[in-house]
Amino acid sequence: MAGASQTGQQLAKEGSRMENETTFEIQEKDGLLVHQGVIRVPYTWAAGEVASRFYAGLREKKVLGLRCPACKVVLVPPKKVCHRCFSDLTDWVEVGDEGVLQTFTVVHYSEPDLHPVEAPFAYGIIKLDGADTGMTHLIGEADIKGLKAGMRLKAVFRHQPQGNYLDIAYFKPIEEANHG
Amino acid sequence: MGTRTAIVGVGQTYHTSKRKDVNGQELINEAVRRALEDADLTLKDIDAIVIGNMDHFEAINCVDCWSVDGSGAFMKPIMKVTTGGSTGGTLGSCAYYHVASGLFDVVMAIGWEKNSESDTQAAISTCADPILERDFFGGAIGPNAAEYAMYMKQYGASEEDAAMVAVRDHNNALNNPYAHLRKHITVEDVMNSPVLCWPIKLLDSCPRSDGACAVIYAAEGRAEKIASRPAWVHASAVSHDYVYFGDYDWEAMPTLEATASRVYKRAGIVNPLKEIDVMELYLPFSTCGVIWMEHMWVCGRGESPRLIREGVFDMDGELPVNPSGGVLSTNPIGATALIRIGEAALQIMNKAGSRQVPNVNTAMATAFGSCYWFEATILRSGKP
Amino acid sequence: MDKVAIIGVGQTRYERGNTKSFAELVYEVTRKALDDAGLELDNIDNVVTTTNDFYDGRTIACMAVAEASGSYGRDATNVEGDGTLSAFYGLMRTLSGVYDATIVTTHCKMSEGNPRKLFNQAFDPIYDRILGMDAISSSALQARAYMDRYGVTEEQCAMVSVKNHANARNNPYAHVALEITIDDVMKSPMLAEPIKRLDISPISDGACAIILATEERARKSAKKPVWVRGVAHCTDAYRLGERDLTYSAALETAAKKAYKMAGIRNPFKQIDVAEVYDAFSYMELMWYEGLGFCDRGKGGKLVESGKTQMGGELPVNPSGGVLSAHPVQVAGLARIAEAVLQLRGEAGGRQVPGAKTALAHGITGICGQTHCVWVLSNEEA
Repeated sequence: MAGASQTGQQLAKEGSRMENETTFEIQEKDGLLVHQGVIRVPYTWAAGEVASRFYAGLREKKVLGLRCPACKVVLVPPKKVCHRCFSDLTDWVEVGDEGVLQTFTVVHYSEPDLHPVEAPFAYGIIKLDGADTGMTHLIGEADIKGLKAGMRLKAVFRHQPQGNYLDIAYFKPIEEANHG
Repeated sequence: MGTRTAIVGVGQTYHTSKRKDVNGQELINEAVRRALEDADLTLKDIDAIVIGNMDHFEAINCVDCWSVDGSGAFMKPIMKVTTGGSTGGTLGSCAYYHVASGLFDVVMAIGWEKNSESDTQAAISTCADPILERDFFGGAIGPNAAEYAMYMKQYGASEEDAAMVAVRDHNNALNNPYAHLRKHITVEDVMNSPVLCWPIKLLDSCPRSDGACAVIYAAEGRAEKIASRPAWVHASAVSHDYVYFGDYDWEAMPTLEATASRVYKRAGIVNPLKEIDVMELYLPFSTCGVIWMEHMWVCGRGESPRLIREGVFDMDGELPVNPSGGVLSTNPIGATALIRIGEAALQIMNKAGSRQVPNVNTAMATAFGSCYWFEATILRSGKP
Repeated sequence: MDKVAIIGVGQTRYERGNTKSFAELVYEVTRKALDDAGLELDNIDNVVTTTNDFYDGRTIACMAVAEASGSYGRDATNVEGDGTLSAFYGLMRTLSGVYDATIVTTHCKMSEGNPRKLFNQAFDPIYDRILGMDAISSSALQARAYMDRYGVTEEQCAMVSVKNHANARNNPYAHVALEITIDDVMKSPMLAEPIKRLDISPISDGACAIILATEERARKSAKKPVWVRGVAHCTDAYRLGERDLTYSAALETAAKKAYKMAGIRNPFKQIDVAEVYDAFSYMELMWYEGLGFCDRGKGGKLVESGKTQMGGELPVNPSGGVLSAHPVQVAGLARIAEAVLQLRGEAGGRQVPGAKTALAHGITGICGQTHCVWVLSNEEA
């Protein structure tokens, strides 16, 4: 799965800054014209203080969450406002880099512009130890035929963090790592 | 008949060119918290939410769903409405109809935009029809510039007349802590600013801002308990008549005239200059502040420059326009027209601080966008 | 709620690769809905369109369809989301007393874009958008969570596909009508486990329009009015990891509110026909549960019992549902249009005999984050 982080890096670079152009190509179908075009607009997205701190944590291989004082839950990845009680969240906690697989899917089709890795590959929702919400992520270094909800997984951090979600390159099953 | 509806709370962010410290959800949350605080309500009191922005300005599909972490819509009804530049007007009327329907008692409208995060001109150019007009449509400034050039020739108006509108709005913004551009300017400053598309110059034009606005609407029975002086919605009207820029009659402004006529009729207004105490108008260019007054029946054709010179639309004039500083000072597009409604409501509620016009009983707010689409709202201190 | 009725409906045939422009597509259904109601445009004083700048490939996409929906000279507005929500806004404007008759239109030409990339834009750009998830892969996470939790089987999901694709054979508007078996579904190519090719809805183009009217206007209409008895919508948490993916609390909340308005205590007994948003086969089972047709986790058993087939106690998706035609943002309004046809007795080969109360349902967002539930009846409250 070394490829996962590499492709992820490329995607981050290309996905955040696209060129601005609108192009057209005209096709004819039964005498009816069909115009083809592409809308390319560059975007940036301010991550905000909370997500910036989360990504700063990942650089040090620490997964940070925010605890809601009213709901008594730890949200990972963190966000500024608790959606349940609308509290402003400021109570930072470090959670484990291991957790439990809640649900998963193995993707068999390919969508090269979207997928950070080649199919077949797996997505999962992982609830980290100490967190009360799940993280959607990639599952790597795994026998994708043997995935099961309830498995324990561990975060594999990207070697050169870039400040995005793929600074955790993927989660891998703990048992397999022990055997390997 | 529908339920009588009033605005009972207004909240907005301190608008600025770039809010790098917050993401979109967090920006929205600032406005929502201020609106709740203004109305002394909590999120539990909100029965439904409407939200809007322009998709290609932030590239977030299903903004209503994404907004939940900032808007507070978790396990509440939320829907998205959007009509381009007029989105804020569309949001205000959507919240109004939520309450007027009798189905919801307290409803919050949220408009927001982070213009700094995309190439807004590139995005807006894709609003033109891809088959007929996209190749050559170049944004909103050209038609407005041509329109004012023709107007000057026909009625003997000057570039300075438009500059006086810019000076009025920019200097009014000095009284508005939330405004984006807050700098004292003179007619000379406007005249000396770079020409963008003659006769429109840089200081005649609206900026691009990051910001959000939330306005809370409540039903009769609740409204009086929430606000000591609610701003009652008397009428809302819209005209979305055209879809091709080439079809529009720039000189006759039929959609603005239709919107104004319809909203006055619904609110029982015969003489807007006499009967309306303050206007918050969506004027993207100062030139619009000259010409559009006439199409809104505030005065006759060609009379607007004289009224501007006489100060009729100034803070101490007969009909103050844009005490907030208007769009020329603040323009987070999806929020811009909702700010007009919110500011008009603050004037009625007597909560506009140092930009307050004394004794406001009737206020008007407008929205502008898309293919010369207009929306208008009339608010009053008394119930409909 | 004052009385409001649906007095006209119009649909295009749903297909992939329709060569009409947006405006032509919308004009077709506007004209059909007016004709159906026996009205001229002069009788309409309010217009609600439905667009999405991503799916439509233009900014302020409502500019493409306003005229074709009859906006000239009358108040018009635009919703972005499923057609059930635009219809809801149309209903509210009608209830406000300002308007007599409202036309609601929605269109989709998903064949012209890349739905996977466009849907990916609904994920959080700060966090998980970079993972490249789309509707199929995210729904697969939900399907797995639901099926694991309650022991619902892939075969039970397949039964939904078999039932709805077969029902579609009676619907001239349907895009994909198939005579298939559970085995065919099970053997169809795996896309994102446990979702297979025949568990998913097609990429469809098409349009739909309805006309809502005040009681006074409805009594003068050409067709027997179909009365709006209850309607509600509700939104769940945004992030998948923060939701209970095995059960839709938002749907339950919306349904209970709509049922309360409509005076429905036992939905399974009191509703005669339901059109639900089955974008994937497993969704129909989950929506049974959220709508209170059966207990939590019993959706699989319910479809197995045959009670939701044509001829069963509560036929669900006689039209073939979204599995047989999925024009995004149109599909929910099409559910309403189909419910109206059922209540008028005009549903042809897909008619549920004697239907008096019908349910229509729409969703918006990732894995059905927002739900909107309509209860309609040909009997007055």
